[in-house]
Amino acid sequence: MTPSSTAFKAIVAKDLRAELRSLQSLPAMALFAVTTFVIFRFGLDRTSLSGSLASGVLWATLLFAALLGVNRLFVAEREEGGFDAIRLAPIDRSALFAAKATALLVYLLALELVVVPVFAIFFLDSAAALGPLVAVLVLADLGLAATGTLISSMAVHSRARDLLGPLVLLPLVVPLMIAATGASEPLLAAGGPGYHRFGTWLGVLCLYDLVFLLVGYAVFDFLLED
Amino acid sequence: MYGKGLRQLSIATVVALAASLSLVFFYAPLDADQGFIQKIFYIHVPLAIVALVGFVVGAVFAIAHLRSSDRRWDAYSYVSIHMSVIFGVAVLITGAIWAKASWGHWWVWDEPTLVSFLIVFLMYATYYPFRYAIEDPERQARYASVFAIVAGAFVPLNFMAVRLAQSLVHPRVFATTNGGLPGSMMLTFLVSLVAVGLLWLTLVKLELTAKSASGQLKRLRRALDAPVPGARSRIAPEVS
Repeated sequence: MTPSSTAFKAIVAKDLRAELRSLQSLPAMALFAVTTFVIFRFGLDRTSLSGSLASGVLWATLLFAALLGVNRLFVAEREEGGFDAIRLAPIDRSALFAAKATALLVYLLALELVVVPVFAIFFLDSAAALGPLVAVLVLADLGLAATGTLISSMAVHSRARDLLGPLVLLPLVVPLMIAATGASEPLLAAGGPGYHRFGTWLGVLCLYDLVFLLVGYAVFDFLLED
Repeated sequence: MYGKGLRQLSIATVVALAASLSLVFFYAPLDADQGFIQKIFYIHVPLAIVALVGFVVGAVFAIAHLRSSDRRWDAYSYVSIHMSVIFGVAVLITGAIWAKASWGHWWVWDEPTLVSFLIVFLMYATYYPFRYAIEDPERQARYASVFAIVAGAFVPLNFMAVRLAQSLVHPRVFATTNGGLPGSMMLTFLVSLVAVGLLWLTLVKLELTAKSASGQLKRLRRALDAPVPGARSRIAPEVS
């Protein structure tokens, strides 16, 4: 049996290499996010944002852009027979969950590396909030990666996979979005970053990540049977 | 075989419901603040509690299904969640009525319990499209169980996040400083809770019985080479 760490590294490297060569997901996600900012600029009729409005626009945009990536996550496995290969390989199936979640996490971080500065340039008066915002982004991405990988791996086997992934994922990430927007709102407040209940929200994010990483790890074996 | 005891259970349910309604209307005192409309509490809250417990029960059955791969557990899980979703509709409707009567709006966003319940309801409402989009019955059962477990873990997290997001007041009937409900109201509430719980149980049993009967009928027809009407088998798990 190949050690899980080897399998994990191989699958992550395969995913990232495939994405780097084909650029199927990331450019689309970034383009989608930037265009959504433009739509918000006119939809809200604001040229600068702060507080709850800023955090709402940022997180709604990031979430919907993330859904694009989540939808594509297992398409190659399904269409090119990657699932069969994983089943045949003498590896622990949970390695696939860990690797896919890591790949999705990397996509999301790369997306935010581009999109959040653009958001700051478009709407924010100062970039002071971006430092502490990194913690919120990383923790929320971890939760999105866990739930996204889990739902995507099931949705890809259904008839309506493009529809089903977002449909199931959206209510599932509501608590995550509550915590992420709750933490970002004071950070993006007009008079410079504030830290009202920042710790509480980071705690909720950590708990969410922990629960769904554990659940995903526990149930993923059952998704690959047959 | 699922029909066994159904009649007794139904009778117990009718008796309990009648007792609970009599207590609600003739025994429980009028609420000092809210007056008559507070009586909806005796149906709204038990429905909500039973629906949430039903979701948890569905998750427990789902775990049993994944552990044993016995398709019967999947049917139990499906019917539990199905019935709880129906109860959930009733919770949202009675909640809206209560909100309208006591706060003047059909929907109140600063009412954490109701908002949490809405999110949980939306989550479980996706169970159906999710389940029926997967064609292979064995895979469908497995994925539905995974869904039930994931959603079961999601429920407490969601309640916590929504509660933290708003620090406003709800008529927290049980946890007031002066000792909560008076005895007569508590008794009425408990009887109502039992009655609604029995109603849930009866309906679950009834649906399992119906599914098992139609499954048997279909097998008999197939054995007799008769045409099997409709494509209903895809719509719900079969019960043997």
